[in-house]
Amino acid sequence: MKIGTPKETFEGENRVAMTPESALQLQKLGHSCMIEAGAGEAAGFSNDKYVEAGVEVIDTAAELWETADVVAKVRVPNTEEMAMLRSDQTLISFFSPVADEAKMKEAAEKGTTVVAMEMIPRISRAQKMDALSSMANIAGYRAVIEAGNNFGRFFTGQITAAGKVPPAKVLVVGAGVAGLAAIGTSTSLGAITLAFDVRPEVAEQVESMGAEFVYLDFEEEQQDGSASGGYASVSSPEFREAQLAKFRELAPEVDIVITTALIPNREAPELWTEDMVAAMKPGSVIVDLAAEKGGNCKLTKMDEKIVTENGVTIIGYTDFPSRMATQASTLYATNIRHLMTDLTPEKDGVVNHNMEDDVIRGATITHDKEVTFPPPPPKVAAIAAAPKKDKPKELTAEEKRANEVAAFKAQTRNQVGLLAIGGVLLLAVGLVAPASFMQHFIVFVLSVFIGFQVIWGVAHSLHTPLMAVTNAISSIIILGAVMQIGSGSFLVIILAALSVFMCGINIFGGFLVTRRMLAMFQKS
Amino acid sequence: MDFGFTTAAYVVAAILFILSLGGLSGQESAKRAVWYGIVGMALAVAATLIGPGAGFWLLSLILIAGGGAIGYQLATKVQMTQMPELVAAMHSLVGLAAVFVGYNAHIELGNVLAMDDTARKATEGFAALLAKKDSVEIAILRVELFLGVFIGAITFTGSVIAYGKLAGRVDTSATKLPGGHILNASAAGLSLLCLVWYFNTGGFLPLFIMTLAALFIGYHLIMGIGGADMPVVVSMLNSYSGWAAAAIGFSLGNDLLIVVGALVGSSGAILSYIMCKAMNRSFVSVILGGFGGTSGPQMEVEGEQVAIDTDGVATLLNEADSVIIIPGYGMAVAQAQQAVSELVKKLRAKGKNVRFAIHPVAGRLPGHMNVLLAEAKVPYDIVMEMDEINDDFPSTDVAIVIGSNDIVNPAAQDDPNSPIAGMPVLECWKAKNVIVSKRGQGTGYSGIENPLFFKDNTRMLYGDAKASLDKLLPLID
Repeated sequence: MKIGTPKETFEGENRVAMTPESALQLQKLGHSCMIEAGAGEAAGFSNDKYVEAGVEVIDTAAELWETADVVAKVRVPNTEEMAMLRSDQTLISFFSPVADEAKMKEAAEKGTTVVAMEMIPRISRAQKMDALSSMANIAGYRAVIEAGNNFGRFFTGQITAAGKVPPAKVLVVGAGVAGLAAIGTSTSLGAITLAFDVRPEVAEQVESMGAEFVYLDFEEEQQDGSASGGYASVSSPEFREAQLAKFRELAPEVDIVITTALIPNREAPELWTEDMVAAMKPGSVIVDLAAEKGGNCKLTKMDEKIVTENGVTIIGYTDFPSRMATQASTLYATNIRHLMTDLTPEKDGVVNHNMEDDVIRGATITHDKEVTFPPPPPKVAAIAAAPKKDKPKELTAEEKRANEVAAFKAQTRNQVGLLAIGGVLLLAVGLVAPASFMQHFIVFVLSVFIGFQVIWGVAHSLHTPLMAVTNAISSIIILGAVMQIGSGSFLVIILAALSVFMCGINIFGGFLVTRRMLAMFQKS
Repeated sequence: MDFGFTTAAYVVAAILFILSLGGLSGQESAKRAVWYGIVGMALAVAATLIGPGAGFWLLSLILIAGGGAIGYQLATKVQMTQMPELVAAMHSLVGLAAVFVGYNAHIELGNVLAMDDTARKATEGFAALLAKKDSVEIAILRVELFLGVFIGAITFTGSVIAYGKLAGRVDTSATKLPGGHILNASAAGLSLLCLVWYFNTGGFLPLFIMTLAALFIGYHLIMGIGGADMPVVVSMLNSYSGWAAAAIGFSLGNDLLIVVGALVGSSGAILSYIMCKAMNRSFVSVILGGFGGTSGPQMEVEGEQVAIDTDGVATLLNEADSVIIIPGYGMAVAQAQQAVSELVKKLRAKGKNVRFAIHPVAGRLPGHMNVLLAEAKVPYDIVMEMDEINDDFPSTDVAIVIGSNDIVNPAAQDDPNSPIAGMPVLECWKAKNVIVSKRGQGTGYSGIENPLFFKDNTRMLYGDAKASLDKLLPLID
């Protein structure tokens, strides 16, 4: 198959989807590579380098689109490029199925297979193709550099002969890939770095990067990011309030704020309000990585750098990766190369577009003249869900009530049944037995009853002392022996005396040993 | 002193006994509760001694004092690991005393019946009580004392055998004479015949034959129960000794005996019930001996037991944050509770979360482990019941199994054909690492293979528990 990469037409886009290095790898898969003349120029790859790597340099874009079986590029095609698409061609590119819906439909009609790089599922196997992550990584790094460029002080604290320099304080909001990259860069530059994320489970990652996680004083069970494929989701109004209050508290202290909070397929949430900007020190810098989606700060102007009245610089660039075109192109080309590896499993230069494969299926938005977006949920969960304790299913109030009533009824039936049987038995005994016996019998029955009531309350750990104590008091039989010892024959006296003796052992032994045991139980 | 005073004293004593048992609901109140029991007993004995009918009170006092001295010796010398034996031995005394008192009642009854009316009026004490009875009451009295002797005799031999088994003087495996349960059943039938016989004639012979039969039942019943079921046996005998006292109370017409007998009897019954439930066995199947109701072959256990040495254990423990220790009878046998306590102290000093998980039937006596750990000065608030701690195993780094086997057997949950299927067990295999301290590769008391030992996260620390722990202690830093 012929893989071709045209020059990016989008203004200011410096990246290129194929590098000489990736072209070499692609050729190993059995493909041949083409590139439009000058496509790599802006990213620092000259035509000569491509030729060296065995890439055919094509003069015009039209020719390239004409001949390539697979077109790999960075930005979503513009109208002219869309017109050049043909059926049986595969386009690999950033292609937002939501924002560019019309183009997606057009491509489907033409029969072009479109693989959208932002749709690569976030599963371990697909990490090597995850262009969003590799671009976010660059954006995070570049955001700090850009902030430093506009910040009039050092990042790191220094004590010099010319005086003491306090370290800069950086707040990173959103600890996704970009956020973590920003945290890493910022800490390695020596700034005091704070980080916040709505997903409390990333606190560990944040701390591992050397930053301090900003915890909220908030009771609600915070979201488990694993449920939404590792992305943050919308939080409750109460949570938002708590979060904003925390930011308001931090605003006067921090020198640099880098916001990276994005929720998939939604406008960016407003996290850094105007009053917080107003509260910041002059000379502070805000880098809003969410500028493309409206910005986490509403003052942000997309693709612009503004300075507010109180001297706060707000950077709303959206082309951070492009500003580091060489690095971004290398990473992006490698992502594409990995994707091609998955598409050519036999390494024979034949693309096998396997729609059963989770990764390929997930990223493909048009195939066989049909729109295949949205994809079905992947068979492999993106991230292992945090082990949750089996919560008993929350019963509704009515169900609870019904259960209680049922349990109560069963208990009542049981109790009444037992009482009835017991009562009948008692009455039956009473019919035949004389009154003197009945007196004792009633005492007996009541005692058994009391015994049952009392013993259920005994603590598990005290079962051994319980046995020792009941053993001691069962020696109450000594009373019988004492009563008999004084009357009757010699034999009676002997037997009674023996009984008294044995019970004596038991009483003292039992109580003493119980005391010994109980004295040992102690609290820490 | 007249009868009224004695009765009043009995009422007070009965209330004190009830408070004494009720006070055992908590560790702190229990310390007070024992005193209630002691005062109650003292009051009851004193009231009886000075009350009507008692003679030779000096002799009685001397005998009580003599018995008390022996009891004191026993209670202060006994080691906590020997508690089960002591309790069983004491039960046998109560059983024997019940038999003697029953026989006395029989002899007295014979004497009184032989007297003419004038002589009867001259009787005093217990005999006077008998003399006033009419024929129906005497018939009932016979049944009562017959029952008292019957239960007392079973309790006596049963407790002696239980003592022997617990002390290791009698083979602990379940053994039966040829004929098995039929022997027990025929002995019970014989006793029933004797009851009818005795009821009609009041002769000594049926009483004596029944006593022999009951002694045999007690012996044979407990011989047929294996060592692992001892907690049930001991609490059952506890219950019997209570019922025997109650039956004797009926025949003597003494309400306090009845009250206390009923209290003890129901207490033992509830303990037996709790123990049976903890093993998921019916009371009947425990008493009849052996495991019942299994079908089909047991699951084959695959894999091999991986050994670990003390260095390895020390590394695991030093790295762990949370540790749960599961003690069993093996810890008691090896006298390892002090070493365990030391280990816990060291680990806790390092800020690790160390807790104990106690299965209801761990050991040979209800609550056996709690007592042993308390003796070794393990604070009771880190000693947890099975239900309290079972959910915490998945978040635990190291679970240490010391001398327990069946109570940590996953087969109870996984293998429907296992003899212990359905028995609630401590799910220690869910911990990240499990260390099993065990003497050798053999199976436990019940002879059931334990798949836990073959799991991937299980390491076997072979050797005597105490020796292993002593070696381990210096390695914990």
